[in-house]
Amino acid sequence: MLGEGLLKGLAETARNFVGSYVSKERLTTVEYPDERIPTAENARVFPFLVYDGSDWQAGMRCVACQICEKECPPKCIYIEKSKDKKPDYVGKQQFYPTRFDIDISVCMSCQICVEVCPFEAIKMDTQFELATYDRFGGLLMDREQLSRSNEYYHNIHPTEASEVDAHLAEEKVKVEAKAAAAAPAAAKPPAAAPAAKPEAATSAAAAPKAALAMPTPEAEASAAKPAALEEAPPAGGKD
Amino acid sequence: MAATIDQIFVIFANWVGGFFPAAWHAAVVDVLGVIGIVSVFPALFALTTVLERKGLGRMQNRLGPNRVGPAGFLQPVADGIKSLTKEDVVPFTANGIMHFLAPLVLVVTVFMGFAVLPVGRHMQLVDMDAGLLFFFAMGAATELSVFMAGWSSHNKYSILGAMRAIAQMISYEVPMLLSAVAVVMIVGSLSLPDIVSMQDQYSGVWPHWFIFTPWGFAAFLIFAIAATSESNRSPFDLPEGESEIVAGYHTEYSGFKFALFFLGEYLAMFALSGLGVTLFLGGWAAPFSFLSFIPSWIWFFAKVMLSIAVFIWLRGTFPRLRQDQLMNFAWKFVLPMALLDLVVTGIWRFLGPGWQQWVVCSLILIAAYVVMGRTAFAVKHFGPRRYRYAE
Repeated sequence: MLGEGLLKGLAETARNFVGSYVSKERLTTVEYPDERIPTAENARVFPFLVYDGSDWQAGMRCVACQICEKECPPKCIYIEKSKDKKPDYVGKQQFYPTRFDIDISVCMSCQICVEVCPFEAIKMDTQFELATYDRFGGLLMDREQLSRSNEYYHNIHPTEASEVDAHLAEEKVKVEAKAAAAAPAAAKPPAAAPAAKPEAATSAAAAPKAALAMPTPEAEASAAKPAALEEAPPAGGKD
Repeated sequence: MAATIDQIFVIFANWVGGFFPAAWHAAVVDVLGVIGIVSVFPALFALTTVLERKGLGRMQNRLGPNRVGPAGFLQPVADGIKSLTKEDVVPFTANGIMHFLAPLVLVVTVFMGFAVLPVGRHMQLVDMDAGLLFFFAMGAATELSVFMAGWSSHNKYSILGAMRAIAQMISYEVPMLLSAVAVVMIVGSLSLPDIVSMQDQYSGVWPHWFIFTPWGFAAFLIFAIAATSESNRSPFDLPEGESEIVAGYHTEYSGFKFALFFLGEYLAMFALSGLGVTLFLGGWAAPFSFLSFIPSWIWFFAKVMLSIAVFIWLRGTFPRLRQDQLMNFAWKFVLPMALLDLVVTGIWRFLGPGWQQWVVCSLILIAAYVVMGRTAFAVKHFGPRRYRYAE
């Protein structure tokens, strides 16, 4: 009751004041826009779509199964399925989304879409500086804006991405083994490749109808499909 | 040479005065002095706001403002532009004239106090015989402006804040005056230059400052507590307790009128720091005899800045008091100690030089401090709560 506590308090603030010039512990401020702390590996903000290789349309893993759309609690995902098919990472013909929109102003970052996706196609991004002047258009991400390469996924979540790649490679090996087992029985090994060509031709014809948003890249992608077909499986397996 | 630099402002004022007719000479020198006061102390205010924010930040483990200008030192310019361009809102039911006058009264009365403050050797605007009295009279007039602001705003929070401010300022003005009286008893003069010249002596290299005597030390602590309270600084910032009464008496002030209140508050702090330095810390006298070559005004401002640093330190450390704690502290502890200090000062005076006065005065003050600290602030232990009407 004689003011010792006051002196103790003064000593503490003095220690803070002097310490802020010498020790990092006493001055923990990070001047955010100028300097940043690296995001934690488990950080998650909003979902993105993973694609293999360099072409986001050809390599997109999403097969438009719409499970995420149905599971999304705030219903912020909107998917339109394609009429035609394109090969996935094992070379199997799959549908793909002609529209894949996520309204990130509605998204609550729950990661349920990631957990339910059987194709490892949707993952959580760490990008958080998404402020925009346009509340409606600016926060509604279409599939092009949502697409990120597998390398990007490796950069932001290295551990998780390696696990995913290992899993996909395993699946691919299984499929190939099954195909190899089935091959002698069918006795027509090169059947898969020619079969894809008519598919690509029909998709090129169907493209302007299916995707009104961007007919030109769609057509280009369809034209480039036979090439992508040969490249895509090794790219998926290598990673 | 040292004497010339020491008196450089006086020489300059007289040189400028020399260009005018002899009858105008004194008036011109006074006007120059006024210009000096009106420019130096607001500049110091601008510097203090940014230093305070940076210092407080450091005490709270963060950086202060560092965006505007080099290391944030142009922040007051940005703040000034902001407050000048803001809308000046006057409440519909407010008393317009009083509402307008209150900040002006505050700033003017605070500036008047600087007139008698010696900021250097021969550097006071008015060498008044009753300078100390004049200073306290002007200090008391700030209470008027606070109540004008609170009353004219026609707002509950404003009037509550004003009432708190008046109660607090009057309570602490008594011990502040009494602690100054102790100095007056020793010096035998109310003139501030006399008080400083009495302290501008040395035994060997050691100065004769009043803070280095038992009664002076006690009086200085009382003065510091009372000055903190008078200038509404934390931990005595109840009149503007944001968490309780929005902003107290200046709730309804915006734009430049608010800036004037802010300025007045800081100027009052400088004035009280200056008075405390003058009364107890040797005013413009150097702390050691061999440092006397440094100009007196540098010493004065160095001491004032040091005491402002202590104000900021206190603000960064202590939480706000409660109203009853504030009043109890003023009337049960600070005032009795101030009265006792007057008695001790008398004893010191009449025991005369020698070791006896040191021992006797120190013992009385320490004993009183311990006893009053133990009794007046003993924590009351309440027994278990009894419900008389239930059951």
